[in-house]
Amino acid sequence: MDHYVLSVIWFVLWGVLWGVYFVLDGYDLGIAMWLPLIGASSESDRSAMYRVTGPFWDGNEVWLITAGGVTFAAFPLAYAVLFSSLYTPLMILLFCLILRGVSTELRSQWNCRGFKMVCDGLTFVSSLVAVILLGVAFSNLFRGLPLLNDPSQNFFMFQGNILNLLHPYCLLGGILFVLMFLVHGALYLTWRTEGDLHNKAFYMAKATWPVFLLVFLVYVVLTFAWAGLYKNYFASPLLLALPLLCAVLFLLSGYQMYLKNNAGKSLLASCGGILTLTLTGVLGMFPNLIPSRLDVNSSLNIINSSSTPKTLTIMLVVALIFVPTVICYQIWAHKKLAWVIKAD
Amino acid sequence: MDPVILSRLQFALATAVHFFFVPLTIGLSFFTAWMETKYVRTGDEVYKQQAKFWGRIFLINFVLGVVTGIALEFQFGTNWANYSKYVGDIFGSLLAIEATVSFFLESTFIAVWAFGWEKIPKKLHCVSIWLVAVASTISALWILLANGFMQNPVGYVEKDGVATLASFTEVLTNTYGWHMYLHTVCGAFVLASFLVMGVCAWHFFVGKNVDFFHRAFKTAAGFALIFTICSALAGHQLGQVTARTQPSKFAAMESVWETEPSTPMYLLTIPNVTEDGNLVQALPVPGGLSFLATNSFDNTITGLNDIKPADRPPVWPVFFSFRVMVGLGCILLAAAVISFIIKGFVPSLGWGLWIYILLIPVPYLAAELGWIVTEIGRQPWVVYGVMRTAEAGSPPVDWYQVAGTLGAMAVIYAIISITGFILMIRAAVLGPDNKAEHYA
Repeated sequence: MDHYVLSVIWFVLWGVLWGVYFVLDGYDLGIAMWLPLIGASSESDRSAMYRVTGPFWDGNEVWLITAGGVTFAAFPLAYAVLFSSLYTPLMILLFCLILRGVSTELRSQWNCRGFKMVCDGLTFVSSLVAVILLGVAFSNLFRGLPLLNDPSQNFFMFQGNILNLLHPYCLLGGILFVLMFLVHGALYLTWRTEGDLHNKAFYMAKATWPVFLLVFLVYVVLTFAWAGLYKNYFASPLLLALPLLCAVLFLLSGYQMYLKNNAGKSLLASCGGILTLTLTGVLGMFPNLIPSRLDVNSSLNIINSSSTPKTLTIMLVVALIFVPTVICYQIWAHKKLAWVIKAD
Repeated sequence: MDPVILSRLQFALATAVHFFFVPLTIGLSFFTAWMETKYVRTGDEVYKQQAKFWGRIFLINFVLGVVTGIALEFQFGTNWANYSKYVGDIFGSLLAIEATVSFFLESTFIAVWAFGWEKIPKKLHCVSIWLVAVASTISALWILLANGFMQNPVGYVEKDGVATLASFTEVLTNTYGWHMYLHTVCGAFVLASFLVMGVCAWHFFVGKNVDFFHRAFKTAAGFALIFTICSALAGHQLGQVTARTQPSKFAAMESVWETEPSTPMYLLTIPNVTEDGNLVQALPVPGGLSFLATNSFDNTITGLNDIKPADRPPVWPVFFSFRVMVGLGCILLAAAVISFIIKGFVPSLGWGLWIYILLIPVPYLAAELGWIVTEIGRQPWVVYGVMRTAEAGSPPVDWYQVAGTLGAMAVIYAIISITGFILMIRAAVLGPDNKAEHYA
């Protein structure tokens, strides 16, 4: 297959992997961020919240590992530049993922109140920080990184310092991710529980959604002002169907929540909303994976950073066989293990 | 300060800690699967308890292996950007395939296993733990083939300053990778069987659940015997492959300085690196090293003095780690043979049981030393003979950034490892009667 076509296919797959990751890990990170509020009153509520996400958080996180691995394999230069340029935030993200995994999983291994409190605190803080970092990082990609191709280093060098990453637009992106996953997590929790916990979670989803919508709208407007994300959409207006679908899905989620009281359908719409939002952002960057906001020629795109056609083809064969298989058994496992939980 | 040195320390910390958990994941998953298979086939509830008991230790260990593994994938990009840029076409795809083929399988079915007791049919439950075991072993294969490329780069051509894939088949059939794989997986089984025997010995010593643990001990003694032998044989083969493909590493492992035909093996050697020779070399076995390395007493082994000083690995850590690893391996082999012979009356050994408890850390130490030989022995190359470690770092990263994350990582890893080991010891000591909460 043609190198360009292969690169485009992998670019789209790259976006889809991130989208699926946010949809899946979004709900367990969201539920973890609810621990201090929804889980405030009782140990049994908190334990139920862990039992809801317990079987799935690891499988969900593998989508992140795969997205990272695919960046490395399909676009090595983009992986090298992105990970080294965002060194400190990504290492903090790594530490958060480590801590939340350990605290989530080990919490049940020792029936001691203090230990459980430490685990709860770590799960909450590490999930919150991870979500903020993901939001800030992606907003920085949308806005473009201060990159310059430096022939003396033979590398695309990050200009300036870490504080450049904390532009108001990017900070808002962090907040947007937090709110989006809070709604998403509360809906998932509602869907998977019954009784008091179910009611609390649904109440919180309903209370958070308007704030989320407000921030979402502001973010959309600021993206217009501060990020070059819309130029692809204005160039080919047919693509506008995607962001439009995203808005419709998020509104549908609210409609199902408030007017139909249907947490399941609302969650489904929220999944679609998160997936289309990610794809909107990724397609807006096309053909760049990491746009440079200093110099068009210093952007990392599917041409200058993709692997050889041979590697892309081999990986495509592997992906075509294994990704559908993975989706099948993850759905199967979810059906088997996602029973409705009642806090005792 | 050089960020590359700090990055090396950070990577060493990350991999060393990761490898405290990996071998037990591989070995104990099969042990648990074995026990559960016996339960499904015989219907004997004791085997179900066995699977639950060992599975619980496995789960604690597993999560630490998983989270410390993420650190590696991150660090190739964060700290080794030039390396990633250079090898991404080959190395990156192996990692991506590992995630797609193995990590999903492992993470999904470990949950089915942990949460699925009494919820899904017995046979399917047993299949789940087998899938986890197989997935973790396949995962090891991909990562060791990736590491194999760093040790013995094959199947690539350099184009526009980066290594590009020439033959995927050659990458997948890399002798070096496969030999490391065999040695690593056998070693993982050895580590798990000695851990099981050690835990059993503790319960024999305190006299609780003796029959329960005697069953586990007998199985583990069988595993230990088979796999200490396999591990030694695979290690010997790996040594020969190393002699063929990485002469500088092999010379450092044996502290051979002069190139000569029919190289003797000195039973007593003390390197003197500053003088480019050995302080002591005594008790030669004529042609011994040539024979060990090449199956012929006459062949020539390249000495370090025929390798440019800039291309030599640090001799002391490689030489010393290799000797100690081999020594520990011999102790384990002897212990495995004896255990297999005396397994029938082991519970009555009294204070002698403490030997088994003291043996638990030995395979851990041997495994870490083996990696020190492999990775320090590869220096000064990140890709042997092709790219130097000094050129592999991340241009935009400053030393103080790495210093900060190295410090943070040391603290976090210390805390989670200690917590993990305490919880594993606790689960092991509490025994099968432990009805403590498990959220399944």
